[in-house]
Amino acid sequence: MARTVIPFGPQHPVLPEPIHLSLVLEDEKVVEALPTLGYVHRGLEMLAVKRDYNQMIQIVERVCGICSMIHSLCYCQGIEEMMGLEAPRRARMLRVVWSELHRLHSHLLWLGLFADSFGFESLFMQLWKIRERVMDLNEATTGNRVIVSVNVVGGVRADLDEGQVRWIKDTLVEVEASIRSLQSTIMNDSTVCKRTKGIGVLTKQAAHDLGAAGPMLRGSGIAQDMRQLKYAGFDELAFEPVVETAGDCWARSAVRFREALQSIDLVRQALDKLEPGDLAVKAKGRPEGEVITRVEQPRGECLYYLKGNGSLFLERVRIRTPTFANIPPLAAILPGLDFADVPVVVLSIDPCISCTER
Amino acid sequence: MRMLPTVLANLFAKAATRNYPHFVRESFEHARGELVNDIKGCIFCGTCARKCPSQCLTVARGAAGDKTEGAWTLEFFACVGCGVCVDACPTRCLSQKATHRPVAVERAVITLTGRLPERPARKDNAAGKAADKTEA
Repeated sequence: MARTVIPFGPQHPVLPEPIHLSLVLEDEKVVEALPTLGYVHRGLEMLAVKRDYNQMIQIVERVCGICSMIHSLCYCQGIEEMMGLEAPRRARMLRVVWSELHRLHSHLLWLGLFADSFGFESLFMQLWKIRERVMDLNEATTGNRVIVSVNVVGGVRADLDEGQVRWIKDTLVEVEASIRSLQSTIMNDSTVCKRTKGIGVLTKQAAHDLGAAGPMLRGSGIAQDMRQLKYAGFDELAFEPVVETAGDCWARSAVRFREALQSIDLVRQALDKLEPGDLAVKAKGRPEGEVITRVEQPRGECLYYLKGNGSLFLERVRIRTPTFANIPPLAAILPGLDFADVPVVVLSIDPCISCTER
Repeated sequence: MRMLPTVLANLFAKAATRNYPHFVRESFEHARGELVNDIKGCIFCGTCARKCPSQCLTVARGAAGDKTEGAWTLEFFACVGCGVCVDACPTRCLSQKATHRPVAVERAVITLTGRLPERPARKDNAAGKAADKTEA
């Protein structure tokens, strides 16, 4: 059988962002997948030498819209470590609240897109309808829907009053009920299972060897989550990583579904632990030295390397995002699949290409 | 089939979307929208322009050859609505409305001009300066 090369992307109905895969096919079977990146490179890391370290907060937020809060959280905690600051307890708890709301809406967005990738349009619409409630929470409490811009070096610049805390809790009860009403569809529906179970299996060993991150890793049975590092306010919250062992598309979807519910629980825990206090400590001096800091994004481990030279401008900002780590596992699981399963498997890594290329 | 109860419930529920733009949802109280400057209170210190991460603000003192006049310029298409300038403004003359500017098809900037605040009378000797600082 002669081999055919099919270009998949950068523009494809299933792809939210541009990535190109050259798929080498034998009949309908994929024998090789070669990824090409670089369609949305914006050079954000280099802006560090042109914008001061405070302005960089708003720039790193734009690395990824969906988890903007978590990017700025990672950056701010790195600068705080460099400058020897510790954010007040209330600020750390508020950071947990907003970062978990981001994870919740990111996972709902992904579950919708994933449903869309195998043609389940009504599930897609239903999940995005639920997501709007979370976006409203973000907008009402921070001022912006997506890029919330609440972090500053030393703490946060927005606060929640008692009425808002009550409103968030009430809304989350309804959001949780709506998500749970879709549980049997997402987990057990025969259409969903047929398109996801046993497709794109990444074994535990391969996930470890190829350096997979986030739900991709946890879906293959490795309980690794950066929230175990107890950053921000996670040291005071009860948290266990969500793990599935099958390693297929269904397992990755199940991890994200359960993590969405876990995020609701973490927001509740953090809101219960909110005590009156300062929102930020004043940052004095300028960052000097090197620091590596990690947080858990919805897509997995996000690593920031920051180097300051005692001036207002950082010398180097290096960002390693989870999708970058998940591309080698993707290239490894595609061979052997039917061509029709490729969109589902590509989407199952939750590709955030703007993150990857920065 | 497992989706059926949800589908049926949606069928008899009211629409989840609004007929935009005929019906626009009311903004949340603290939503960060249009940036406005009450130019009467502006002292043209330039703090907002220095803090702005998207560099959409410029502040000029002594604009158009008049040393008593200042100009505050906002390139509102470049504004990302983060509100850093509002937090940093020392005279609180900057604020954000809860609503956004309407969509436009042409690029534009907003320039507002005002009188610079009068400087306090200069002290001639160094001792006078030191005394002034301690008072401040």
